[in-house]
Amino acid sequence: MNIIACIKRVPTTDAEVRFKADASGLETEGLPYMISFYDEIALEQAVLTKEALGGEVTALSLGPASGSKEIRECLAKGADKAVILTDDEWMSSDCRATAKRLAAAIGELDAQLVFMGRVATDRDNAAVGPMCATYLGWACVSGVIEMECGEDKGTAKVETENGIETVEFSLPAVITCNKGLNTPRYAGLKGIMAAKKKPLEEQAPAEADGQAVLSTVSAPPARPEGRIVGTGAEAVPALIDALRNEAQVL
Amino acid sequence: MTTLVVFVEHSGGNARRGSLEALGAARAAGCDCIAVLTGADAAQAAQTLGNSGAAKAVVLTGPAEHSADAVASAMAEVVSAQGADGFLAASTHHGQDLAARVAAHLDSVLFSDCTGLTSEGDSLSVQRAWLAGKVIAQLTSAAPAFCCTTRLNVFEVFEGEGSVEVSEHAISAEPKTRVVSIEAKGETKLDVKEAPVVVSGGRGMKEAEHFALIEELAAAFGDAAVGASRAVVDAGWRPHSEQVGQTGKVVAPQLYVAVGISGAIQHLAGMRTSGTIVAINKDAEAPIFKVADYGIVGDAFEVVPALAEAVRAVKAEG
Ligand SMILES: Cc1cc2nc3c(=O)[nH]c(=O)nc-3n(C[C@H](O)[C@H](O)[C@H](O)COP(=O)(O)OP(=O)(O)OC[C@H]3O[C@@H](n4cnc5c(N)ncnc54)[C@H](O)[C@@H]3O)c2cc1C
Ligand SMILES: Nc1ncnc2c1ncn2[C@@H]1O[C@H](COP(=O)(O)O)[C@@H](O)[C@H]1O
Repeated sequence: MNIIACIKRVPTTDAEVRFKADASGLETEGLPYMISFYDEIALEQAVLTKEALGGEVTALSLGPASGSKEIRECLAKGADKAVILTDDEWMSSDCRATAKRLAAAIGELDAQLVFMGRVATDRDNAAVGPMCATYLGWACVSGVIEMECGEDKGTAKVETENGIETVEFSLPAVITCNKGLNTPRYAGLKGIMAAKKKPLEEQAPAEADGQAVLSTVSAPPARPEGRIVGTGAEAVPALIDALRNEAQVL
Repeated sequence: MTTLVVFVEHSGGNARRGSLEALGAARAAGCDCIAVLTGADAAQAAQTLGNSGAAKAVVLTGPAEHSADAVASAMAEVVSAQGADGFLAASTHHGQDLAARVAAHLDSVLFSDCTGLTSEGDSLSVQRAWLAGKVIAQLTSAAPAFCCTTRLNVFEVFEGEGSVEVSEHAISAEPKTRVVSIEAKGETKLDVKEAPVVVSGGRGMKEAEHFALIEELAAAFGDAAVGASRAVVDAGWRPHSEQVGQTGKVVAPQLYVAVGISGAIQHLAGMRTSGTIVAINKDAEAPIFKVADYGIVGDAFEVVPALAEAVRAVKAEG
């Protein structure tokens, strides 16, 4: 089975952001990057599925050629090959454009199962998976915390506001992975050595064709200055008073 | 006038608050609303929506109502059939998932988890957070249809009196997925994203058993959910469904109480837009105090039971 894990390169979660002077965008120079948190889970699930069903795992990323460091990591953790759809402006590719461009590449790779993250931690769209599946005309289950998969169908569990739902899906399918689905492995020395010999291909993606129009970016408004109402249990009446009379939330 | 189709979730015939907020967001931006509903009791829930800003409601019917793909394709049909300009949903699990699929059917971009929705002339503009709330982006759309989801607890519910014209639309697409069972959580148990009050505990609680104190404080407030930092979720003390933060849930309750949580940037990402923030931490230098409106420096094991008792006393007074 051809299995794909979609990997996005994102700024690290503690990266400091700087704004362009005219508020038209972010200064990206010098930003530290990582593989988006949930994509590590997607990659692990792809490798686990290959170990169970056989086949090949391709790590697929729309991003800069210089992102190959993060993509090599995927090869060291069990992907068999990698494809980078090179785009230096990958972060401003909107969710629809990203979904369409990934869908085109997924079609070319003749895959049956695609794993993605529930959400990427830069733009927080939580949209590329279900959008991509819709463009492909495939099944999709979003936010999976547990799953079993065979050659032509599978079962997945997702956590919703109503409780835990069990969903049956047919293949081909896109699965977006939530925390709890697995524990991503570390790359061992053997994996890192093996990764050097695995193929990493760069391709030109389909055109971006974006629809989202960014007007401005800004820092979030600062929260009003807070105060320490006191120390220990003796401070409780002062807190109650503040919650009732100032904040009026009690 | 812009007309939006708004997905309304419901349970037991009552519309969920997040969906009513989505209707409210659309009305406040000057849009007309057509609600779309599915599932058992949908018709009953639809009847009440006139008072929350919907002029029409469309109930989806058919055996494929348990399939997200089939439902989404029917919702996109409703947008077209009603001549609407776009689609809106609350950013719940299903709202977010369906909105992404509907947007793709309409070949339109989706703006997720928006905290602002305003109209400028004929077009709508949204405000949303990027990079864990470190960036607020203002966006407009060049898409054929306008699609967005709204963050819970941010928008006001529209309160009016109106009637609603209810019609039906059959789900016709061949389903590719099917929900076969739901392990429901307790009727009273609110999700952290929905609850107006969230009481979260961190590693400062020391052991899983001590979360009984956090639960007791949440119970004292009433409409409250228990939240957790990643440290305690990773330690297995609490389920991931309760994790607040960049790799958990983003919450914006009226009141957020952080107990024994240091306030790491990834945690702040999930709660910094809450109405009022209270922090209880024994370390006066903990970064959580930088975003808190009110802080108590002290031992959670002394402060939390005293606070729970005081809250119960206030509630008993009425
Ligand atoms: C990629 C990535 C994603 C992440 N995502 C998230 C996320 O989504 N959510 C999240 O929360 N974290 C996230 N983190 C982890 C985050 O960086 C912190 O490690 C975590 O939030 C710390 O949890 P904590 O505050 O409970 O624990 P600690 O940082 O250990 O803080 C415990 C606090 O309790 C206080 N304390 C101790 N004893 C008491 C007592 N008796 N009474 C009162 N106070 C006491 C201490 O003073 C301290 O401030 C992420 C990290 C990374 C790298
Ligand atoms: N540029 C990209 N390259 C590869 N995969 C991506 C890219 N953008 C998004 N994805 C995938 O889609 C998931 C959800 O992203 P998003 O909808 O942007 O939150 C991510 O976790 C990835 O698996």
